Amino acid sequence: MKKTFGKIFVIFWKDMLTEIRSREMIIPVLVFALLVLVIFSFAFGTGADTAAPGVLWVALTFGGVTGLNRVFAVEKENSRMEGLMLCPVDRAVIYWGKVAGSFTFMLALALVVTPIFLALFNLPLFLPGLALIIALALLGFAAVGTLFSAMAVNTRAREILLPILFLPVVVPVIIAAVQATGPVLAGMPWEEMVIYLQIITAFDIIYLVAATLVFEFVIEE
Amino acid sequence: MLREEMAASAWAVEAREVEKSFGEQRALRKIALGVKRGECLVIFGPNGAGKTTLLKILSTLVRPSAGSVWLEGDNVRNKTAQIRRRISLVSHQTFLYDNLTLYENLKFYGEMYDVPDIEQRIREVVAWVQLEPRLHDRTGTLSRGMQQRAAIARAVLHNPAILFLDEPEVGLDPQASALVRDVLASAASGSRTTVMTTHNLERGLELADSIVILNRGRVVYRAPGQEVNAADLKQIYDRHTG
Amino acid sequence: MNGKRQLGNRILLGLGFALMVAALYMVFIYAPTEKNTGIVQRIFYFHVPVAWVSFLAFFVTFVASILYLAKREMKWDAVACASAEVGVIFTTLVLLTGPIWAKAAWGIWWTWDARLTTSLVLWLIYIAYLLVRSLAPEADRSARYSAVIGIVGFIDVPIVFIAVNLWRTQHPSTIIFSGGLTGEMLQTLVVCIAAFTVLYILLVMQSAGLKRMEAAIQRLRSLQEE
Repeated sequence: MKKTFGKIFVIFWKDMLTEIRSREMIIPVLVFALLVLVIFSFAFGTGADTAAPGVLWVALTFGGVTGLNRVFAVEKENSRMEGLMLCPVDRAVIYWGKVAGSFTFMLALALVVTPIFLALFNLPLFLPGLALIIALALLGFAAVGTLFSAMAVNTRAREILLPILFLPVVVPVIIAAVQATGPVLAGMPWEEMVIYLQIITAFDIIYLVAATLVFEFVIEE
Repeated sequence: MLREEMAASAWAVEAREVEKSFGEQRALRKIALGVKRGECLVIFGPNGAGKTTLLKILSTLVRPSAGSVWLEGDNVRNKTAQIRRRISLVSHQTFLYDNLTLYENLKFYGEMYDVPDIEQRIREVVAWVQLEPRLHDRTGTLSRGMQQRAAIARAVLHNPAILFLDEPEVGLDPQASALVRDVLASAASGSRTTVMTTHNLERGLELADSIVILNRGRVVYRAPGQEVNAADLKQIYDRHTG
Repeated sequence: MNGKRQLGNRILLGLGFALMVAALYMVFIYAPTEKNTGIVQRIFYFHVPVAWVSFLAFFVTFVASILYLAKREMKWDAVACASAEVGVIFTTLVLLTGPIWAKAAWGIWWTWDARLTTSLVLWLIYIAYLLVRSLAPEADRSARYSAVIGIVGFIDVPIVFIAVNLWRTQHPSTIIFSGGLTGEMLQTLVVCIAAFTVLYILLVMQSAGLKRMEAAIQRLRSLQEE
């Protein structure tokens, strides 16, 4: 058991190292997410009550999807995916290692985008409730996105296929996240958003389990 | 390697009626072969014969459409993780991460394979492939020949009992190629079983205990290495792949 | 096809035909006119069965996908794909009849109510399923990938429904299909559901059968080339 966690961490760490060294992925995606934030603010106005949650989640969703494209693309070079598949590890370990990486990436994205968003909309900057919503929702994105990224990387038109697969499936997360964000930004009590957090949590658990089970069918040849 | 002989479990690598189709395209048909422990099988064949596909199936990278692969007496479908611990593949691609140093690459694979005394082992293999001065350089900065040596270091890091090699000397300059050949010869010695594909009839024959010629997805010729000399092999090869 | 199967097919065809005729009669003549919205309400007898079939089709794709991954027999892939293709057609019909009905009856095209919205997301997932099949080059890969989507997408449907439902109860919509169904209306609805289900089965059997024949022809062709 400990060995399994160890190997998940090894994969995760390898991805972090390669990412930090290449610096290819995070900065352009960050810039893209910020642009989405700004453009949508122009599009929907900066009235905090109705438009704000949507604007934030559009930025995080599209930024997230753009980053997810890269999760398995890096393994295409030098046939590294084959190197990984030859390793004596359960396919699920590879999945979880990659999920950890995607999740961390999206959290990093959110860490930059969210304060800027809050400032643009003149909202309070310290919102632990928002942090919780974001963490849970991005976990769901990572669970689904990692699975589909592994699929899309082997098909034609991979950059456009990933969003087409990903977006319909995470609709419940987006709905729940937006609905939960509204009350939090308005400073309303916890009870307003608990039910939505439950939906997101249920989604996360269901999809982490389901993806763990089907992942091997996606990466085998 | 007749049918009856294959029933024996002295085979380290065994393919039983292996077939592979990609969609409706049949890449491999009824492949049956076996390699005894410690021996080296060399597979010859023209491009498109199915050599790489066969090697990938034998090394558990690809699932056969039909038939089974047995490594050291175990069906690869059953104890896949355990089996993978004891095998290794060297191909044209290095499986290395260009942005990581040689040391970090080896450390990664070492941890994935649960190699004991990793630091020590890394130093050993790097010395063996003569890449010590470049240990802390990013593998992307190494020349093609050095990258191939690094790939071999990665492949033998966990001391595999079975080594699969896919045309390992392709695209290298003569010097690097010679070094690779020496590395191969010493890797293939001892109790390690080796299965190799190559275009180079001479070099392949030097290393082989037994040979097989593949054409259009079928085994069209097989013989023990000693029974064939280089000149004959060229004729035989041309005859079967005409 | 052996004799038994042909007979079964014929019976199903006859049954389907009879049910359709009965359904048409009942929808246009037998069922009473609804008092609030009038004749337009009769779209309901088309909309509901078609919606039911679209979800049934996705369920069948779900099960066939699991069976394919477990057994790797192409016949399951043929069924999954055929069901998805028929399903996407039926879902499109749902998305067309829903708004037509809503516009004619209540003056608005779309209400974001839970069922219709879930159908919309279902439609998008179906499209993703079919797109993967067309973008993944080889047959076994497209079968595997789409099987995964068939499974993972189906799990999503109830979650989407719950989420949208919750969302919409906070913003109640104007559509309320109030009032119960009279006996005749219920009977009409049941017959329509039966008729469309049989139609679905026939379409999927035809389509899956065709796919398997195509695959067999391909196999023979490639054998011939050897």
